[in-house]
Amino acid sequence: MMAVVTVVIARQRNLFAVVILFGIYSFLMATVLVALDAVDVAMTEAAVGAGISTILFLSALHLGKGIEMKPLHRPFLPLVVALATGAALAYGTLGLPAFSDSEAPIHQHVAKRYVEEGARETGVPNIVTAVLASYRGYDTLGEVTVVFTAGIGVIALLRRVRGRRRGGKP
Amino acid sequence: MRNYLVLRVIAKLMIMFMVLFALYVQFHGDFGPGGGFQAGVISAAAIVFYGIIFGLPAAREVVPDRLVEVMIAAGVLLYAGVGVAGLLLGGNYLDYFVLGADPVDGQHRGIFWIEMGVLITVAGVMLKIFYMFAGRGDGGGE
Repeated sequence: MMAVVTVVIARQRNLFAVVILFGIYSFLMATVLVALDAVDVAMTEAAVGAGISTILFLSALHLGKGIEMKPLHRPFLPLVVALATGAALAYGTLGLPAFSDSEAPIHQHVAKRYVEEGARETGVPNIVTAVLASYRGYDTLGEVTVVFTAGIGVIALLRRVRGRRRGGKP
Repeated sequence: MRNYLVLRVIAKLMIMFMVLFALYVQFHGDFGPGGGFQAGVISAAAIVFYGIIFGLPAAREVVPDRLVEVMIAAGVLLYAGVGVAGLLLGGNYLDYFVLGADPVDGQHRGIFWIEMGVLITVAGVMLKIFYMFAGRGDGGGE
């Protein structure tokens, strides 16, 4: 189903339909993540992917034209590059341990300790929150700073444009 | 869209529950799925929804631009401040064990405050971006 949506997004020239399809794609992705037991990520995907980014796309669409331009040339080289990368990634998955294999290397390092000791050490039953906020506190601080920087960047860019317009230049 | 009666009534009903759900996700994040990031996005979505239905100026009255800009910075400062509080109380940076009477209590307190910081920053940035984009359509806004 996600593959169908992706193909339609690529073929579609009406950008309004594309934005709505992006929303559908995000909800499908969220469903997949729920099926993988990653409820926290699924919630973020549904809220950010399907909610906020759809709104932002729509408001960007409001400023521009609603129809995508016809491509100027046939993009064969990018297609080849994309196919080669996809094939390399698919080949790489063959070397991965089997899905949900508890003996996989990733589960032998710190993850084991988080799962076994996390609830006792932090008193937080949701292990995702425990790892995110406590064991990986620095990383999350960095993430918040990234979000902060993004906001500041948007303010800086859009403010300047507005100031120039007010200055009377075309 | 201000003239659609159905949308207005439904929006008024929904926004209450959206904000309530955001708070639930925020404070129940220790036990169920969710946390500061998700709660921030949901609460920002509630305001964005309000802005779409009732117009941008109405949303700006509820959450003024100035407050949004302060929120963006305040969240990061709150998060970093929790780390500094840990330092002052004799622990490492972002070490929550020293924040409460016993370690588990300290962890709870630390996680609560940093999630709060995440919520404030994320909600502020999302709202600011929305204001900026939506405001450009009608000749500059603000």
